[in-house]
Amino acid sequence: MTDREPILKVRDLSVEFTISSGGFFGGTKILRAVKNVSFDLYQGETLGIVGESGCGKSTLSRAIIRLLPATSGEAVWLGSDIQKMNSNELLGLRKDIQMIFQDPLASLNPRMTAGDIIAEPLKIHMPNVSKAERATRVAEMMQKVGLLPNMINKYPHEFSGGQCQRIGIARALITNPKLIICDEAVSALDVSIRAQVVNLLMDLQKELGISLLFISHDIAVVRHIAQRIMVLYFGEVVEIGEAEQVTMDPHHDYTKRLIASVPVPDPKVEMERREERRRLRKTAAAAA
Amino acid sequence: MALLEVKNLKIDFLTHDGTVHAVKDLSYTLEKGKTLAIVGESGSGKTQGAFALMGLLPKNGRASGSVMFDGKEILNLPTRDLRAYRAERIGIIFQDPMTSLNPYLRISRQMTEVLELHRGMSHSAALAESVRMLEAVRIPDAKNRVHMYPHEFSGGMRQRVMIAMALLCSPELLIADEPTTALDVTVQAEIIDLLVDLQEDFNTAIILITHDLGIVAGTCEDTLVMFDGRVMEYRKTADIFDKAEHPYTQGLLAAVPRLDRKVERLSTVSYDFVAAKGEA
Repeated sequence: MTDREPILKVRDLSVEFTISSGGFFGGTKILRAVKNVSFDLYQGETLGIVGESGCGKSTLSRAIIRLLPATSGEAVWLGSDIQKMNSNELLGLRKDIQMIFQDPLASLNPRMTAGDIIAEPLKIHMPNVSKAERATRVAEMMQKVGLLPNMINKYPHEFSGGQCQRIGIARALITNPKLIICDEAVSALDVSIRAQVVNLLMDLQKELGISLLFISHDIAVVRHIAQRIMVLYFGEVVEIGEAEQVTMDPHHDYTKRLIASVPVPDPKVEMERREERRRLRKTAAAAA
Repeated sequence: MALLEVKNLKIDFLTHDGTVHAVKDLSYTLEKGKTLAIVGESGSGKTQGAFALMGLLPKNGRASGSVMFDGKEILNLPTRDLRAYRAERIGIIFQDPMTSLNPYLRISRQMTEVLELHRGMSHSAALAESVRMLEAVRIPDAKNRVHMYPHEFSGGMRQRVMIAMALLCSPELLIADEPTTALDVTVQAEIIDLLVDLQEDFNTAIILITHDLGIVAGTCEDTLVMFDGRVMEYRKTADIFDKAEHPYTQGLLAAVPRLDRKVERLSTVSYDFVAAKGEA
């Protein structure tokens, strides 16, 4: 993998927010949400980003597509610096990089039909595509993600959570992106639906050769879908490596604690892990 | 005599579009000091089935069947009579601690209230007992933090406060409805481990309601799997994980990626058994 050029290079990226420090006279302080994050992403690769709530995973992904301004560092997409792009280049970037969000229903416009939602990015990014052509592509895409053609005129509230997420995936794929950022894309789904959506994402990736940034708090799902895993803790990368290595032989204390916390559906194993967790917690308490 | 005996519980909701049968047939038994997990996906009826015991169904909900608690029928008791059970003999913890705590009141007020009302304790005695309980759920610096407001606690700490509140009157039964779903994985493990410890210390019977078979494995003695308002499988937890009998349980277990095993492709849950039983 090392002899290829990465499609996305992130170097020392930091994102800071100015927040009120509280109190009536309103002093401010700086919150460093993402601290000097660096990584490479290759074509066709899935990089998993794990960490607890508030660790900066979503902020990082938003800074990469410039939904949020980065304070320092750079993100280079196919050779050009995202921070320095003009509005035209940004439009192109957002055609190449699409996002899928956590809450499948909240991220879809309730007043648009499934067909319109899926077609919208096409209208914006490829205005030259004719109406007929657009309809064909929407129908193809719906079929690809496992939605039935007769669902095209239905509204989001008429779909189940899993189906809404399929609409989100179809919408993300319609512009033929090179990278999809999945921000907790399967976290709100029931176990049985989650397995279907994870399988769909993996199938589509294999077929289309796209890259995925798969953000999740669930390291078991991330290990399943990703080739490499990056662990974020308080805005910093504490560990990055092959999925197998990070989950089987974690180096950082936080990763160790995280992995010991994932429940394993086996009573005997889980009893042993409870002891292990008690030990790790004691060590952490002693260190603090 | 069993502490709790639920027999043929049925719950219907009257809606504008007709009657919805949320729970069709639910029966189980819980002995004193034992633990039971009720597992199901959204819409399986697992939560409503437990809420009905406490008379917590929404206004359009109707429950029938029988719920014997310590030998007495408590299903559909009037609120006045249920008060003797709520908090005192049956405690409950909800999924989202922020919405079940009063944001305007200090934790101290919300906790002492319970003891003053149910136990007739003086304020100072109730406060001392509240602090002791917060220490039992491992909240550091409980003496000072008892005077804080809910928003000043993190999600995991808030859930500890909820558990402490539920345990104040040393209930014989604790119902935990998805107590860790809103929490980070590391915090989830802490809360579940805490529940296990408390169960041993206080000998409280626990019903753990969850969608996550994983957290059940090392926690509860018995497991009941629900789907579409019915019991799919109800056995010793160890036996279910050793060899699940029902295709739905097998499907659920296989659909979750495991850290200790690598599979190429996740299997999805097959609902063939619904058609096979002619219940579709």
